[in-house]
Amino acid sequence: MTEKYNMPDARGHFGPYGGLFVAETLIPPIQELNAAYQQYMSDPEFIAELDADLQHYVGRPSPLYYAERWSRELGGAQIYLKREDLNHTGSHKINNTVGQALLAKRMGKTRIIAETGAGQHGVATATVAARLGLECVVYMGAVDVARQSLNVYRMKLLGATVVAVESGSKTLKDALNEALRDWVTNVDNTFYIIGTVAGPHPYPAMVRDFQAIIGREAKQQCLAQTGRLPDALVACVGGGSNAIGLFYPFINDESVKLIGVEAAGDGVETGRHSAPLCAGKPGVLHGNRTYLMSDEDGEVIETHSISAGLDYPGVGPEHAWLKDTGRAQYVNITDTEALEGFHALTRMEGIIPALESAHAMAYTMKLAPTMRKDEIIIINLSGRGDKDMQTMAKREGIEL
Amino acid sequence: MSRLATTFTELEKTGRKALIPFITAGDPHPEFTVPMMHAMVEAGVNVIELGVPFSDPMADGPVIQRASERALAHKMSLRKTLAVAAEFRKTNQTTPVVIMGYLNPIEAMGYEAFANAAQAADIDGVLTVDLPPEEAAECTALLKARGIDPIFLLAPNSTDERIEKMNTLGSGYLYYVSLKGVTGAGHLNTADVEQKLHQIKARTNLPVGIGFGVKDADMAKAVAALGDGVVVGSALISKVEANLDNPERAKQEICELLSAMRLAMDSVGA
Repeated sequence: MTEKYNMPDARGHFGPYGGLFVAETLIPPIQELNAAYQQYMSDPEFIAELDADLQHYVGRPSPLYYAERWSRELGGAQIYLKREDLNHTGSHKINNTVGQALLAKRMGKTRIIAETGAGQHGVATATVAARLGLECVVYMGAVDVARQSLNVYRMKLLGATVVAVESGSKTLKDALNEALRDWVTNVDNTFYIIGTVAGPHPYPAMVRDFQAIIGREAKQQCLAQTGRLPDALVACVGGGSNAIGLFYPFINDESVKLIGVEAAGDGVETGRHSAPLCAGKPGVLHGNRTYLMSDEDGEVIETHSISAGLDYPGVGPEHAWLKDTGRAQYVNITDTEALEGFHALTRMEGIIPALESAHAMAYTMKLAPTMRKDEIIIINLSGRGDKDMQTMAKREGIEL
Repeated sequence: MSRLATTFTELEKTGRKALIPFITAGDPHPEFTVPMMHAMVEAGVNVIELGVPFSDPMADGPVIQRASERALAHKMSLRKTLAVAAEFRKTNQTTPVVIMGYLNPIEAMGYEAFANAAQAADIDGVLTVDLPPEEAAECTALLKARGIDPIFLLAPNSTDERIEKMNTLGSGYLYYVSLKGVTGAGHLNTADVEQKLHQIKARTNLPVGIGFGVKDADMAKAVAALGDGVVVGSALISKVEANLDNPERAKQEICELLSAMRLAMDSVGA
């Protein structure tokens, strides 16, 4: 890559991906949002307020932690963890909700809506809504409500209304459909905080920009601690917000490999997975063109992953572009492998990762031994595993 | 002249407005759809909007969502919807058929293959809910080259600039979504619609169909007075849903409602 990376274009396209595929009623509020986003991202006062919130409310910068024992055990590259699990509310999702909530406030919106899969984005949204005194409604697939009941309770404690979505596959994609239906009905007073780098333009770029603090910090911290850039970045990819947040500030650093890890569920060959970049084809869903899991008639296929946060048939359009251009590489990890990653990090480093992040851990267990000891991997530890205790216990036949 | 242009021109000559029903192809069963279309023509409709079922109908309320789910359970698809339209056309050469749905099934088929298939099925118009003018240039050109009208949506919050854009890009008619919300939601406010139609009519010569929230004959009559056509969908599909064990009765109830709307609309000037 000889030219400086400069995506998306003015109309929100990453090559053939991204764009603005929504019904007419949503065009005016999206134009309003885009104008506000362009204005405030270059407004020093807004940036100062955002930075202060990230420092004092979220708890940034998050540490870059050298996993010395695990690195030694794996016998290859040196492994560093970007500790997004230590953020307020327990994942990287808060970086984006703090930013979008400040935008909502500037735009005079009084009502916040969000979709959520694992519940991390829902909790992060309910949190900022509580802090700003805004009404908050979170849409969550009924299947996810059942498997992430702890996060449902957290959202309710924070004052949010949680709506269990019973349509379609009752997971994240259906929650997004329902949130879009709410938005189209309440466009005048409502701000839709999308939690991932998908949706219509400007969401993929805007969410990336709010999450890019992960990569900016990681780069500085890596240089400070090791005196050099990392050789590889590894992050799990559902919609892809934690991955793009880590990758983006390194895109022009060609020596740094970018590796996104999708959820293979029962295995990509079984069809029961959530790996559109590895096994899907381009299509249009939720406002953008991207890699998508759909059948030959263009109907979206039901997905599967042990981690609710990765259980989504699409992926952010920028990842689609990074895949096609070869700048990033996308691999996949099964449920069973993810559990190995989960246990390994827990027992080796005393850190319990979210099941989503465990996919990145599991791939690193394959990757690190193939690399030299003087090479460096940074993994995005995007969230902590507290929310997954019930899922883990059930899987292992333990009653809590 | 396309069948849509002919239809609206003929209606205008007699001072009548178009009655435009929307049904989901394949709901409750694929064999139901063609006889339903013919029966609706008998009941006095002028244009038929045939919904292509989609797994993720983001702009639709629960009634049409469930219609999609029922149709998909019978493996209904874009391809099969076109086959339904072609079957209807064998015995009806005059009533325009508009395919209405979401973009991904068209993406999966490929724009050019879709345009060819739509032409082969003698489709008159295509309305793609999630394909606004910003992204529509390629698909629209392929359709127009084959004499198929691309139909665009207008909403209560559409600006002058957007109305002009739809006027340039669209043909056949413009579909005015009369309320902020999903299909089948609430009741439309005729005063608001009237005001908006003034703004729209000042910027286009295309006929304007009005839909979203038209539930009964009185509403159809009120709305007909404001535009060139009345679109009714969820109110019809509710009757399918209420008679899942008896599609013949669903057909009968749908036609009764459409006949009542026709009668009320034709008495506008009276």
